[in-house]
Amino acid sequence: MGSVIDIVRDNWLLLLIGQYPNGPLGGIACTLILSVLGIVLAFPLSVLLALARISPWRWLSWPATALIYVARGVPLLMLILWVYFLVPLLIGHNVSGFVTMLVTLVLYEGAYLAEVVRAGIEALPKGQMEASRALGHSYLGAMRRVILPQALFNMLPSMLSQFVSTIKETTLGYVINVPELTFAANQINNRLLTQPFQVFFILAVIYFVVCWTLTWAATQLERRIEAKRAGTAAGRAAGRAPVATPTLAAEP
Amino acid sequence: MKGFDLFALFANPEFVTMLWSGVKLTLVVALASWLLAMTLAVVLLAVRLTPSALARRAVQAYVSYHRNVPTLVQLMLWYFGIASLLPGALQGWLAEHNAEAVFAVIGLGLCQAAYFSEDLRSGLRAVPAGQAEAARALGHGYLGALRHVLMPQAVRNAMPALVNHTVSLFKNSSLAMAIGVAELTHAVKEIENQSFRTFETYLIATLLYLGFSLLIMAGGTLLERRSRIAGAR
Repeated sequence: MGSVIDIVRDNWLLLLIGQYPNGPLGGIACTLILSVLGIVLAFPLSVLLALARISPWRWLSWPATALIYVARGVPLLMLILWVYFLVPLLIGHNVSGFVTMLVTLVLYEGAYLAEVVRAGIEALPKGQMEASRALGHSYLGAMRRVILPQALFNMLPSMLSQFVSTIKETTLGYVINVPELTFAANQINNRLLTQPFQVFFILAVIYFVVCWTLTWAATQLERRIEAKRAGTAAGRAAGRAPVATPTLAAEP
Repeated sequence: MKGFDLFALFANPEFVTMLWSGVKLTLVVALASWLLAMTLAVVLLAVRLTPSALARRAVQAYVSYHRNVPTLVQLMLWYFGIASLLPGALQGWLAEHNAEAVFAVIGLGLCQAAYFSEDLRSGLRAVPAGQAEAARALGHGYLGALRHVLMPQAVRNAMPALVNHTVSLFKNSSLAMAIGVAELTHAVKEIENQSFRTFETYLIATLLYLGFSLLIMAGGTLLERRSRIAGAR
């Protein structure tokens, strides 16, 4: 146990920010920046993908569905290899591991989040769309002003758990040498050589603390939103409307 | 860059052998860890259903750990960390018996067991309470009611989630590459290094992964439809 404390005391700065300012920003800071940017950039993509997928126009829904199935059926690692290979070809110069990982995360999370958005939209009562169409909204106008604001609010907890998944997925950046937390831990392990269990134990504990806190926050948020919905639905005879809980896998 | 030529890869028997052994190892790792995960998930569920608060807490902690720590980190902890604590004789034996694959199966299996057991538990919770009461009233014991009445319905409820998590288990088998298992992604990197046909190699691997994933999804849907009871909600 003492050795665990020693390792943390000697390396906390590396775990926190990597080799910054003498090198690229790394460690937990890199992990968090990567996941926040990933989910923030994936969000607009996912809304567009979800709208395309449920749209009544086949030329739009078909490619979106195909894209989502490809992202769901192929390992993230394989997608990283593709981006690593294709992005430099497309833009003409090399990009850093950080950018490669960010692009991959946006594509992958965009597809997963699109399914969350779709589930959120489909969980709303059909009457919402019918009523707004009857009131004179166009299909897209009704989506923008009536359906999406409700659906996105109900989906907040799912999005937070998707954020946790994103944090866990950034670990794969290790494979292409992104200086995030897992990479930093491997650096420490390579330098110490004799205490692999302690090093990876510390790594697991850090991830656990970060992700568990966020998961807990998601549960609290879900409870609040459910209570709010139950309150507004109490007058209805049918009771509470089902809350959007997509069965998509959280991974890896 | 060379022109696109898919057959250049298949023309080289060495690459075909590497690809084939990669596919085989991917399937073996995925299948073995699935079996481990499912067995453990049932055990975890059974422990959780006992009235003991301590047992419930322990299972909750297990699930929480495995869901909040990235799978890759769990694999590293097993392969680099826990392996180093084992007695020397066992380490030697493992080294001779493909230690990477063994730890990949253990790591992936234990991790996915947490997800599977939660799927089964929510499936069980969705079975109406009257079912349990009716089964007991008809003379079933606690375990008998669970086995003959509740679980068959719970598994049906849990099917979509179980299929999704089976797909992610299959996809996660690619993480084993990071600890040196020569599975499909690993083989692909090797072939790419030797042939310089990046596009073709990645394309083949992507189609293989996608094919197997879609097969699992389609199989799950078929099983779901087959096992549906007429008139059940």
